[in-house]
Amino acid sequence: MSNTLTIDGNTIPFTDGQTIMQAATATGVYIPHLCHHPEFTPHGSCKLCTVKVNGRICSACTFPAMAGQNVLSNTQELTADRKKITQMLFVEGNHFCPSCEKTGNCQLQAVAYHLNMLDDHYPLFYPQRAVDASHHEVLIDHNRCIFCTLCVRASQQTDGKNVFAISGRGINKHLIVNADSGLLKDTDLAASDRAAHICPTGAILIKHTAYQVPIGQRLYDHQQIDQVSLAQEQTPHGE
Amino acid sequence: MQAFIQSLVASHQHQPTHLLAILRAIQAQAHYIPEAAIKQVATLLNIPRSHIMGVIEFYSFLHLTPQGQYEILISDSITDQMLGKNELMAYLSEQLHVAVGAVRSDGLVSLNNTSCTGLCDQGPAGLVNGYALSRLSRARIDQIAALVEQQTPVNEWPCELFQVEDNIIQTDLLMTTPIESGAALKASYARGWSETLAEIDRAGLRGRGGAGFKTASKWQYCKDEAGPERYVVCNADEGEPGTFKDRVLLNTYAQQVFEGMTVCAAIIGATHGFLYLRGEYLFLYDKLQQILDERRQAGLLGNNILNSGLQFDIEICLGAGAYICGEESALIESLEGKMGIPRNRPPYPVSQGYLQKPTVVNNVETFLAAAHIAVHGGDAFAQIGTAQSKGTKILSISGDCARPGIYELPFGTTIHAVLAACGAEDVLGVQIGGPSGTFIANTEFDRRLAFEDLATGGSFIIFNHSRQLLDIAQNFTHFFALESCGFCTPCRVGTSLLKKQLDKIVDGHGSAGDVAELEALCQIVKNHSHCGLGQTAANPILSTLERYPELYQSRLKAISYEPGFDLDAALATARRLANRNDAAAHLAQVEDSL
Ligand SMILES: Cc1cc2nc3c(=O)[nH]c(=O)nc-3n(C[C@H](O)[C@H](O)[C@H](O)COP(=O)(O)O)c2cc1C
Ligand code: SF4
Ligand code: SF4
Ligand code: FES
Ligand code: FES
Repeated sequence: MSNTLTIDGNTIPFTDGQTIMQAATATGVYIPHLCHHPEFTPHGSCKLCTVKVNGRICSACTFPAMAGQNVLSNTQELTADRKKITQMLFVEGNHFCPSCEKTGNCQLQAVAYHLNMLDDHYPLFYPQRAVDASHHEVLIDHNRCIFCTLCVRASQQTDGKNVFAISGRGINKHLIVNADSGLLKDTDLAASDRAAHICPTGAILIKHTAYQVPIGQRLYDHQQIDQVSLAQEQTPHGE
Repeated sequence: MQAFIQSLVASHQHQPTHLLAILRAIQAQAHYIPEAAIKQVATLLNIPRSHIMGVIEFYSFLHLTPQGQYEILISDSITDQMLGKNELMAYLSEQLHVAVGAVRSDGLVSLNNTSCTGLCDQGPAGLVNGYALSRLSRARIDQIAALVEQQTPVNEWPCELFQVEDNIIQTDLLMTTPIESGAALKASYARGWSETLAEIDRAGLRGRGGAGFKTASKWQYCKDEAGPERYVVCNADEGEPGTFKDRVLLNTYAQQVFEGMTVCAAIIGATHGFLYLRGEYLFLYDKLQQILDERRQAGLLGNNILNSGLQFDIEICLGAGAYICGEESALIESLEGKMGIPRNRPPYPVSQGYLQKPTVVNNVETFLAAAHIAVHGGDAFAQIGTAQSKGTKILSISGDCARPGIYELPFGTTIHAVLAACGAEDVLGVQIGGPSGTFIANTEFDRRLAFEDLATGGSFIIFNHSRQLLDIAQNFTHFFALESCGFCTPCRVGTSLLKKQLDKIVDGHGSAGDVAELEALCQIVKNHSHCGLGQTAANPILSTLERYPELYQSRLKAISYEPGFDLDAALATARRLANRNDAAAHLAQVEDSL
């Protein structure tokens, strides 16, 4: 029994090379996450997956699983901190969920509900950000980007393209696309690309599909994100 | 421009890792990176244009829009402010007829603030087209304004404007009698490379960049990695406000620093090394290149060092205005021609560093000390200092004292003794280790310089009783918000929130719960940030809040609720539009609460 660790006291197996997040997901333990997606190289930027490993704070999505680790995840303290980090993501952008077509299908919103986030807590930044509606099938609403780079990675790693990138420093970070004009229509993005469907928020949307599924019947309207996430991401060990 | 870029990129062998150097050269030529240049460089290097855009927008010294033919930046470090920077900046802005943060309409000059330029002992300081200006005064500003108006090329400006002094005041083990060029290599070769590593281990040398990792262990780990290729990197990013000792070491002790790097290379088996020099130290570049040439000619670098078949050479890479690039993994990204974003660890640089190859990154002073140990052995070094901190520490002392400058002192020296040495009186407190370090009050001066007590990368800023603590905390907090790389949420958003929350309190708009809220926010940023920048960004607030809670409380309004925003400030735009500033155009938050 060398390749096991514990998460919140429960013993969990892992295989060499797995991260704590991968080991947890494979065993059916949900650790909140936004920038992590099992198909792509881990990024480690949103810090939602923050856990305590032998007393030290680590990102579960990037930290390697090792034998005997004592991992704390679902504690009051960590949940409170994750909620604060989620609130930071909300105030940094412009997230008017009731008027957003992603509402109910949005991971940011769903994780906020999961963490029992009832207000923004911090002062809103109200940044001035644009909408790029130039592409005939795909829309970018920069107001809702949380810089998770999933679209960047999906375009590179699955689509074999390089449509998106994150530019700028600090609070001025922003999403850019790979075209001289700076417009999405002048990139080689196709609506069928993985990158066009990976955004956890409402920042990249497929046009002409809004409200086909009415509010009330959406992904997170009847299930919590932990159930949805495990249903989508859990694959048995060794696969 | 097209031909210039063509030959520029060719001179860099079309290496995408040289992107930063290429963009620096274009910026120096055109005072921005034109759209056509981005396209051309993307094609020539065969990299996506978005990668180039990312790099330009990451580094403060690169621009997408034209800057003035004279790009003037003034250091906004607390030490420069204490020397009258704010007043001088206003005067400069007036004399040049350009607003701070703007380009003059004729395009001749642009003016802005920049983070600490490392001339804290001879400020107020600045940069003109990348070259350091020292000891700014009204007279010097008049001179500068005239030179700009006459359009005198910067290389024809009087050299006293660019005079940078070493100000070495007190020396000890490393600086009093520097080793001869080649001595460390010869001694190590005679002793054996492994035996030399054992001497460095015996010396108990720990990294001088701040974290204090054991140098011998770092070199040993790197040496033990499989694969033929390894790298040595000297970290001369020196971005921590108040630090300038690496500048002096490179100005006057560069031979010894390069020698330390070469000893390291021989021990770990590296053939290539880098000196990552912060952009603010551009004025040292030519001199350092010349020293490298001399060392090549003397057989101390190159393909056959000491005629022993040993191979090693050093390349100098300039930064472009980003404090985060001092963090070793961000520095490596920058060396690879990318944005300086800290990597996820593990893997650590010793196993996967530059181009994913095992890499040793050490501070300038660490290499200097290693060269000394290679000549004189570990025991002599270990005799000085304390149980856990061997040898000496080179301090950059600035602020309120009679003799600011460089002091080499044994580890274990008390703060009292340091203050006596530099002639500081009426001291309120000292910032040790720069903004990311600790503020200590005048009741704590029995504490010692040592990894086990007050660790420091070398920054030592003294404040007397005329200084306002909250102004200091505010300056440092703004610094971190400006320098956050933006990769992770707690630091990207958290440092901006810290800035807003502290400003709110300092400006007198805080109320009952605001100090507790500030402290809670500090904990989130400190505990959850990805790298050392975010993890220490709350220190200026935490260390002053711990010592002077009443100071923060005294700024709060005596009201029980927490105003979410400042009513009067929110009307600023309306006032500007209406061109009004009379009493009736202002609103009080509450019925006169004070
Ligand atoms: C934000 C940040 C900035 C840093 N800046 C520097 C620097 O300017 N110079 C330096 O030597 N180390 C700096 N460091 C520490 C380096 O990451 C690294 O620990 C050091 O270069 C290792 O060398 P040493 O063991 O010789 O100290 C910085 C770390 C952080 C987190
Ligand atoms: S657009 Fe969406 S997927 Fe891309 S970085 Fe922003 S939030 Fe992430
Ligand atoms: S802590 Fe700050 S500087 Fe470090 S990675 Fe995160 S955002 Fe970047
Ligand atoms: S999910 Fe781990 S940092 Fe985003
Ligand atoms: S609901 Fe619109 S971004 Fe989440």
